[in-house]
Amino acid sequence: MEQLDEQERAGARGHGVAEGVPRQWPGGPGARVPGAAEIYLEVQRSPAFQEVRRRYRRFAFPATFAFLLWYLAYVVAATAAPGLMARPVAGAVNVAMIAGLGQFLTTFLLTWAYARHARLRRDRAALELRWDTQEMTRGAGQW
Amino acid sequence: MVTGDHQTLALLLFSAFVAVTLGITTWVSRNRHGSEEEFYAGGRLFSPMENGFAIAGDYMSAASFLGISGLIALYGYDGMLYSVGFLVAWLVVLLLVAELVRNCGRFTLADVVAARMAERPVRIAVGSSSVAVSVLYLVAQMVGAGSLVALLLGGTGEAARTWTVIGVGALMVIYVSLGGMRATTWIQIVKAVLLMAGTVALTVLVLIRFHGDVNSLLTTAAERSGHGGAFLGPGLKYGGDWTSRFDFISLGLALVLGTAGLPHILSRFYTVPTAKAARRSVVWSIGLIGGFYLMTIVLGFGAAAVIGSAEVRASNASGNTAIPLLALDLGGGADSTGGTVLFAVVAAVAFATILAVVAGITLASSASVAHDLYASIRRRGGRRHSEVAVARIAAAVIGAAAIGLGLLARDLNVAFLVGLAFAVAASANLPVLLYSLFWRRFTTRGAVWSVYGGLVPAVLLVLFSPVVSGAPDALFPGADFHLFPLQNPGLVSIPLGFLAGWIGTVTSPEPPDEARHAETEVRALTGAGAV
Repeated sequence: MEQLDEQERAGARGHGVAEGVPRQWPGGPGARVPGAAEIYLEVQRSPAFQEVRRRYRRFAFPATFAFLLWYLAYVVAATAAPGLMARPVAGAVNVAMIAGLGQFLTTFLLTWAYARHARLRRDRAALELRWDTQEMTRGAGQW
Repeated sequence: MVTGDHQTLALLLFSAFVAVTLGITTWVSRNRHGSEEEFYAGGRLFSPMENGFAIAGDYMSAASFLGISGLIALYGYDGMLYSVGFLVAWLVVLLLVAELVRNCGRFTLADVVAARMAERPVRIAVGSSSVAVSVLYLVAQMVGAGSLVALLLGGTGEAARTWTVIGVGALMVIYVSLGGMRATTWIQIVKAVLLMAGTVALTVLVLIRFHGDVNSLLTTAAERSGHGGAFLGPGLKYGGDWTSRFDFISLGLALVLGTAGLPHILSRFYTVPTAKAARRSVVWSIGLIGGFYLMTIVLGFGAAAVIGSAEVRASNASGNTAIPLLALDLGGGADSTGGTVLFAVVAAVAFATILAVVAGITLASSASVAHDLYASIRRRGGRRHSEVAVARIAAAVIGAAAIGLGLLARDLNVAFLVGLAFAVAASANLPVLLYSLFWRRFTTRGAVWSVYGGLVPAVLLVLFSPVVSGAPDALFPGADFHLFPLQNPGLVSIPLGFLAGWIGTVTSPEPPDEARHAETEVRALTGAGAV
């Protein structure tokens, strides 16, 4: 993983190096070359990109839906069912306290799960796509 | 209650912090002559851990430290909503926003939206809403600074309070215009470490006082609050009629959705090299922020248990001074050395917090003014000033505005004021950001409508709410032109922002730009072409 990081950082630092690459399109500096738009559309349609997007959305969207629902349920329960929330569980600790601390716990867990999922299932494929796309746009003269 | 020793020591500590931060500012700005990359993004080479601390520093404001614990000390469980909402909000940032924004934008929120839209109208819209959110947030911090000084100097400090607000404003302008993002980031990091250390120390002292027995802490808090068992359940502040219950839901919604629309938080992601680094900085900050808000809960109940709600209220009606009072008592009381030292440390940490947060927001809003508004509005072919020069002037103007408004709003609870800023951010900035990142058919008209459709209702609803007029604790208690019953507009204005964006898009005459959407999507998820 650390090796990947280095690679990634080096890439981010060195993005300006392509300045001297000869341009194939006669658009001139700063002009929007038609080739670039084609390339992005092509990459967007490619199975590799579709897979990265699918993996991202399959995790992020249901997870967002779930934690927003759980949070809203917590907020609404505090206003609509204060009696239930005030029911004691152990000593001075009541349902409301447990629910509040539960929000903290689920936030930490989801953060861990998302970071793990992105690291193992998405980072490498996304990085490869990044280099490929940049190669192609460079050839098209966008840089 | 407050003796000369407290003041001297607190002022000494605070002066030390100011000296250190000014030192950082001059140190990092040596030999650097303001490129945009440098001024707005600090060179983009901070590590995830550094940025994680800086994000936490930007986010854990005086409002959290003083305001939330104060609300818990006064209203018990109802104050906890802020702690929970402020943390859960980070999941929206982590899952939907951080990486994609890092990949698509350069310096500001408007960069992300403008990438696939007609640039000028979108930049003007998003730039204006960013400035509006920032100014509102700044006012909250200024009010926090004022009430802290009032406590420090006792009842006689009206003039001192005014001068503090002015001094904080002047310092932040110096940090931002001389040091840019690099200095601001280091100030955030220093402040985050100080604030965490101070909070951990107080939390440990509270737990020691109750021999590590949370149950006895809660029971004592309930007893001394004067509310008994009700103190530990929901309903003391927001439990009465349905208006206040809806207010609670409205606030809860604004808290969880607002963070992802805060310009000064979004601009932090540009200080790291890649989207992966942005994600890792959010993970760091969630750890820090989560720990911090858990401790504010202990401190809030601790203040109720140790000081008693009545005494907290007597010192400051909205509870902003609960923590300094708690520190005084935990250290051994007003006449002891321990009390003096702890009180001074807490006061200095709170000052440092305010200064750092204020610098972060000022930087973000001056970036919006220069990079979005000025760059779009200036006449074509007219004389072009450098963007960074404009940003420096903008920082001074925004500072002046924040000082003025901060003096006007000084009696409102800081956590509550921050809640308003979050509501405006969630209504005006979040819909347009999410639509641009995830909706293929989104158009320029949709983007512009979405921003104004959230911003205008949010601001109007605040103006016509009981916060501004028609209530004894309002901004203008003498007048009454309130039409909207809720204090927080989020429940109405956030859906309106999303709705306006949708209507604007489906009624758009021109079709969405497929190619630029493809570019945005590919760049967002892979980082291709990211700066």
